[in-house]
Amino acid sequence: MRASTALCRAAFGAVWLLALIVAPVTCAGIEIADYDFSGSIGIEGRWYPEAALFPGQRDHASGFVLEPEFYVEDSAGRSFTLAPFFRLDAADTRRTHVDIREAYLLLFGGLGDHDWELRLGVDQIFWGVVESQRLVDIINQVDFVEHPDGTAKLGQPMAHGTLSGDWGVLELFALPYHRARTFPGRRGRLRLPLVIDDDNIRYESAAERWHLDFAARYSNSFGPVDVGLSVFDGTNREPAVQLDFTPGGDLNLVQYYTQIRQFGLDAQLTLGPWLLKLEAIQRAGSLNLPGREENYVATVVGGEYSFYSIFESVADLTLFGEWHYDDRGRDAPPSRAPGTFENELFTAARLAFNDVQSTEITASFIGDLGRSSHSLAVGLDRRLAENWSLHLEAIVLLGIDKEDIHYYTRRDSFIELNLSYNF
Amino acid sequence: MVRIYPVRSKALLVTRCLSLLACLCASLYTAAENPTPEEIGLNIARATDKRAQGYGNFTARQTMVLRNKQGQESTRSLRVKVLEVEGDGDKSLFVFDEPRDVEGTAFLIHAHKVEADDQWLYLPALKRVKRISSSNRSGSFMGSEFSYEDMGAQELEKYTYRYLRDEACGELTCTVIERVPTDRKSGYSRQVVWQDRDELRTWKVEYYDRKDAHLKTLTMVNYEQHLDSYWYAGHMMMVNHLTGKSTDLTWSEYQFRTDLNERDFTQTGLKRVR
Repeated sequence: MRASTALCRAAFGAVWLLALIVAPVTCAGIEIADYDFSGSIGIEGRWYPEAALFPGQRDHASGFVLEPEFYVEDSAGRSFTLAPFFRLDAADTRRTHVDIREAYLLLFGGLGDHDWELRLGVDQIFWGVVESQRLVDIINQVDFVEHPDGTAKLGQPMAHGTLSGDWGVLELFALPYHRARTFPGRRGRLRLPLVIDDDNIRYESAAERWHLDFAARYSNSFGPVDVGLSVFDGTNREPAVQLDFTPGGDLNLVQYYTQIRQFGLDAQLTLGPWLLKLEAIQRAGSLNLPGREENYVATVVGGEYSFYSIFESVADLTLFGEWHYDDRGRDAPPSRAPGTFENELFTAARLAFNDVQSTEITASFIGDLGRSSHSLAVGLDRRLAENWSLHLEAIVLLGIDKEDIHYYTRRDSFIELNLSYNF
Repeated sequence: MVRIYPVRSKALLVTRCLSLLACLCASLYTAAENPTPEEIGLNIARATDKRAQGYGNFTARQTMVLRNKQGQESTRSLRVKVLEVEGDGDKSLFVFDEPRDVEGTAFLIHAHKVEADDQWLYLPALKRVKRISSSNRSGSFMGSEFSYEDMGAQELEKYTYRYLRDEACGELTCTVIERVPTDRKSGYSRQVVWQDRDELRTWKVEYYDRKDAHLKTLTMVNYEQHLDSYWYAGHMMMVNHLTGKSTDLTWSEYQFRTDLNERDFTQTGLKRVR
């Protein structure tokens, strides 16, 4: 099992390596006009104060993270970016992982009244406007072992072309390879009673992970309104988790990825201190919690409001409110701990001190309007010295309804401390 | 980026400006037409604005040294790209190099003459472009003593003007003008500006807060002429009299009329910045 995984990873690595070699070679003989080496190295400790629910689970997750970034640019403005990612975790071997977050060649220029841009390689794409979940955002797979908030993403191989003009911005994506979501291992927290198999990934398409996915996005600004319309056709990024048996006859949880088509809309209205936001998707082809195919509509509406220079200081206070809706109701599969986003309210406040250390405190609360599931997140960010920065956060699962699949994670509240050196 | 700035002159306009100044002075001292202080102030601001036009675009590096009351220092390093836009406010792009934890963060402003500016922030860790509110006029820029409104384009239409007096400033003679922000969200009730009469360079600005207390003083030195026309200050010192904090801003690596164009100041361009 492990050997085959290693083999798969080696093959995958080889493809990437090839891209890395081919890209610079195509640039060979071209004068390097600019280069940069930057990044960060961090030590991190996560502590789960409550006793684990399942045997083997540890009370901590600690280790280090290395994220270097290399950049070269030639005299014509063509550039190549390489950003690998390394995490070592002392508790969960599944959380110890390596990824290529970015490795792409970037070309751009003008074409009459139009501008074009082409990115070839592994990249990260962000779509959307809201803060509390990634609804329309679909290009990259979630690196779930990094953090249950789903913000960290795995690098996605792609060809990404952009054409823009007075009429707006049109982006086209060809995505030749699927990345499976990362899940915690036996010693990890925030998981189901069984560990999700990461060796045998199942796909609806016969092409499996090599299915060629397509996506497109059109965006434009009309005064204070920014609008994005997107479509994705290909392999789902959210797995359906299916119960099965291993060849040895043990129970096993298997990831299954269907073919989906998703239409997305994201919009923001910027009015003085108000940002009003909307995201909505219509998705066909994905499986619901009972395992049946169900087309559905989901949306997030909300906004943020900022108070500047409060109490005659230089500090700013921003309040956030967002409501999530999924028309599958209780059949919506879990997206992220502890929520399913079927009918949830997110409220948050961020206090930015605007001091020399860029100190920021955030507090957020997310609660299910139908069930008794709710959680609290508190965070502190502060620069300690020119190169050192501190991140402290606590995720408190105040209560999880017995009906929720996340009931299994009810004892997985945690406190995390991260100290980074940025170079 | 402190387009308080560098007063720039355009060779072609010099004659016209000089004659305008001559007229101004004539009217001042002979009181022939009896222009009001407001008219004189506006005329000088117009002449200054005209001189600043025609530079096209430029890139430069800014180094900020932030000092607190105890003298502790902290450094900010950023690159600035500015594109002149005919008939509207300029487009500016700030890219942070230091402190290193915000490296690659970029801030794009499309300034407008009358209506609110448009602003976007690029967050490299998330690869996210976020349109942000431009209501935060008086907030601190990167923890410095410069506010967002100090860093934004100083469009002619953003103030009303009033001529106060002429007085000596060093070896030069300066015109002293009071300007009042038209934006109600501005953190200032008024500003007093010292400009030399020869080249219309700004040497000093006093900022008064909403309670009319003398909040800050900006001093600009090390003027250099670029493209044989435009005078830009190489060094700016902002002192906050209420907190005792100060920020020294040094400009370097000026490059004018580079290959920058509109596409570098779009949301797609913002994701490309280094």
